[in-house]
Amino acid sequence: MTTTRRTLLAGAGLGAAGLALPNLARAQEAPGVTATEIRIGSTNALSGPVSAYSVISRCLEAMFRRLNDQGGVGGRRVNFTVYDDAYQPPRTLEQTRRLVEQDRVAFLFNQLGTPTNNAIHRYVNQRKIPHLFLATGADKWAQPKEFPWTIGWQPSYRTEAQIYAKYILEQRPNGRIALLYQNDDFGKDYLHGLKDVLGARFDQMVRTATYEATDPTVDSQIVQLQGADVLVCATVPRFAAQAIRRVFDIGWRPMMFMTNVSVSVGAVMQPAGMEKGVGLITSDYRKDHTDQAWANDAGMGEWREFMRRYLPEADLADNNYTYAYGVGTTLIQVLRQCGNDFSRENVMRQATNIAPMDIPTLLPGIKVQTQPTNYNVIRQMQLQRWDGRSWVRFGNVIEGANV
Amino acid sequence: MDGFAHQIIAGIATGGIYASVALAIVMIYQATHHVNFAQGEMATLSTFIAWSMVNAGMPYWVAFFGTILVSFIIGVLVERLLMRPVANAPVLTHVGVFIGLLLIVGNMTGWIFGYTTKVFPTPFTSDQPLFGGLVSAHELGSTAVTLTVLILVWAFFRFTKLGLAMRAAAYNPRSSRLVGIRVGWMLALGWGLAAAIGAVAGMMVAPVVFLDPTMMLGILLYAFAGALLGGIDNPMGAVLGGFAVGVLENLAGAYVVGTELKLTVALAIIIGVLVVRPSGLFGRVVFSRV
Amino acid sequence: MSATKGLPADAAIGGLAAPAATPAWQRVLLVLLGLGAAIAPLFVLESFQLFQLTMAVIMALAVLGLNIVTGYNGQISLGHGAFFAVGAYCTAILMSHWDWSFWATLPVSAVVCTALGWGVGFPALRLGGLYLALTTFSLAVAVPQILKHKAIEDWTGGVQGLFLVKPDAPAGIPLTADQWMYVVTVIVAGVCFFLVWNLIRSRIGRALMATRDHPTAAEAMGMDIADLKTKAFAVSALITGIAGSLSAVAIEFVAPDSFTFGVSITLFVGMVVGGVASILGSLFGGLFVLFVPNIAEAISKAAPGVIYGVILIAFLFLLPDGFAGLLRRIAARLRGRG
Repeated sequence: MTTTRRTLLAGAGLGAAGLALPNLARAQEAPGVTATEIRIGSTNALSGPVSAYSVISRCLEAMFRRLNDQGGVGGRRVNFTVYDDAYQPPRTLEQTRRLVEQDRVAFLFNQLGTPTNNAIHRYVNQRKIPHLFLATGADKWAQPKEFPWTIGWQPSYRTEAQIYAKYILEQRPNGRIALLYQNDDFGKDYLHGLKDVLGARFDQMVRTATYEATDPTVDSQIVQLQGADVLVCATVPRFAAQAIRRVFDIGWRPMMFMTNVSVSVGAVMQPAGMEKGVGLITSDYRKDHTDQAWANDAGMGEWREFMRRYLPEADLADNNYTYAYGVGTTLIQVLRQCGNDFSRENVMRQATNIAPMDIPTLLPGIKVQTQPTNYNVIRQMQLQRWDGRSWVRFGNVIEGANV
Repeated sequence: MDGFAHQIIAGIATGGIYASVALAIVMIYQATHHVNFAQGEMATLSTFIAWSMVNAGMPYWVAFFGTILVSFIIGVLVERLLMRPVANAPVLTHVGVFIGLLLIVGNMTGWIFGYTTKVFPTPFTSDQPLFGGLVSAHELGSTAVTLTVLILVWAFFRFTKLGLAMRAAAYNPRSSRLVGIRVGWMLALGWGLAAAIGAVAGMMVAPVVFLDPTMMLGILLYAFAGALLGGIDNPMGAVLGGFAVGVLENLAGAYVVGTELKLTVALAIIIGVLVVRPSGLFGRVVFSRV
Repeated sequence: MSATKGLPADAAIGGLAAPAATPAWQRVLLVLLGLGAAIAPLFVLESFQLFQLTMAVIMALAVLGLNIVTGYNGQISLGHGAFFAVGAYCTAILMSHWDWSFWATLPVSAVVCTALGWGVGFPALRLGGLYLALTTFSLAVAVPQILKHKAIEDWTGGVQGLFLVKPDAPAGIPLTADQWMYVVTVIVAGVCFFLVWNLIRSRIGRALMATRDHPTAAEAMGMDIADLKTKAFAVSALITGIAGSLSAVAIEFVAPDSFTFGVSITLFVGMVVGGVASILGSLFGGLFVLFVPNIAEAISKAAPGVIYGVILIAFLFLLPDGFAGLLRRIAARLRGRG
């Protein structure tokens, strides 16, 4: 066994050396790639309390099935393997090592979660394995110098919070701000984002309250924060719906911001009560299937057709499917750009050289793009406001927050 | 202080959730002397069943009672199929089976019904905001339902022969068998009733917290703490314990340590109380004979 | 969750195998076989499988810790994940902030976990059965929240956690980092298993079991039950904490999300399937909790959690007193025939 592995590694090394000269690399020598197949690996929470996100993997599997039905890419079929890590970092490391060392995948794609990806961040970079388009909004995945093999996809939560903070300063320069956030890496990013913009003024302007994902309600926190002029919510959908409803019911009318994690019409606005969220502000990059504005949209039409044919049982109101379609489309673009060379070096090179492109499930004007020096794949967002029936976009497409 | 009063009202409202689940815990404890880990997950599954019925066009109360019936049957089946074969195994093995059941039911619910947050209807509505919008008509109505269930449970154990037989079967299976109680069926009945009460709790909780497969994940711990605080062999105590946990937690979060540690502090206080009164505030003190 | 009065004697925990007199040559043979089994993987397995085995041994060690207090002493604990977490964080903090070597962190993590276990042992004296289950479970829920609290965020890394690096093999030993990690784990776990084995067979071990099975009788015979119970908690926490330390270096990363109450549940499952109050059973339990989820996943990707639950229940149906119960039955049959 040891011998074969060495040979393989040597082969990979050779491939890497050959890459310096154009068109000399032979794809057969790349790990995870044969004449007929490309192996891609991923981890997701297929079991346990966070398994709501498992639908992302299901959608990606279906997309690769479609790709294979259409003849694959570069003359090869994609073999996509997803393992369950139950959102536990130690298991993510175990499953990632299984993918890399036992299944010998070519690269890793769209693994779920911040703590889970943290556990393998160094491992994949030491081994020089492309760690592409992660399903997490932390901002630490865009460090091309320190971690050149890791790249995120969605706009970072921190940037989103910075955009809100700048808008608040414009609209309510002297407002008292309340922040409700989930006590984990997701919520903390919003805290940091506000701090980035408000700086020294943070302590005097902002009051915060946290909740745990296992809390039944956030009523107590709302009561505690009540009275501020502005409310920023970094909450997952169930608590977002609770917060919108409770804030309305107690007659508190702050200028309210909601993380774009929780703006689905079907899963948040309807449960909360369509009329109770009027005036709510968010900044999104995706189209929402349940939003009437996209009923006849071409991109969403493409997505619906795909869902009908490949995932007929799926709950369309779940916006993880539109997310997955966007990230899957991005990867397929990378694979097509690779031509016939699926070595790890070339995959990474193509993943970091995507010319600005439109994605069917993203808002008009929002592009997917990468450069070797900028790993923020989606760096644009647009503010939108809830009018009681759908999201109305306003202002320009915002690129970064320029703190 | 306005904020203080609001925290207490909000705490009572949340405490009502714990109280209703605590009742289900008391039920199964009285009937089997076990606490079922999977109680919360089973209640969530029941609530999804009710949701499907309502979505299929059934009137609310038909779905409500239909779900209670279905849940009762599920509870009986679980006892017959899963608990029976390990009836003579060590207690810790039973806990192992509960964990297995938790895994099965919890993961199955998401698999069947999906993970998006769902709206669950309530029969109690009002146009007027109550208590400054902190308590909805539904929360008042569900408290009434919890109290009704409480009275039924209390009366069942206190006044009916069946209730007495169930308590006897749990307390001393061997002697109960000798006096002609069918201990096996008493356990199954206890599971059924606990599942039914859990279903009621789930249907009362869902409109407040919104329905998704992890709805009960945290609630069970609070309810368990409430039941133990009040006394797990006393339905009334368990309900009061549930309310107490709700209020305590809010006050700890708002005035003592901040929201990050409110659960920790609330649990520490409860454990402190239990160290002083090991049978809970309203529990019967049990002496064991050698 | 358990009976009212702790673990009643008659519902016990599949009676202990009588320490039958084994001939000396058999014992030597067993030890040699064990050593062989521990060393062989170094030469047979690839690094990934070796890593998995390392994790399984670590889990086994943690289960062993739980077994001392719950299995041998009858005090139910659903919170041993807390000790596992504290051990891991001790090692991680010392290694990442102060560049301590891994070996140097072990005594610190042992002392901290012992103290914590001893502290938990006190309320446990007053609380039996369900109440103890709640207390320990609360601990498991509270520890991740405390770890990410802003007051100690600078030490613990808050929600982001801490990174560390696993020790390299000392110069002159031609082993990869994975192989060395396995050796370290086996040595540490081997020493712990040996010490616990000795402890259980000693006077103290018998006293632990006596307080579990017949507390009143044990007290009448002059045993200091309170002292025994708190000490059982302390030793148990120590062992599980050491396992936590090992896990921190093996994973090279700690975060609050790695130590949710799910860890406590996992350890409990490991103990039950391995066999309550069994040392060899703990080892099996460690293997079970690490490998069976992967088997479940291989059967169904759609709902691996459901399959895992089914396997767990089916296993308990077949072997209600765990793997150790099976071993005992086989041993009894062999002895009966001999």
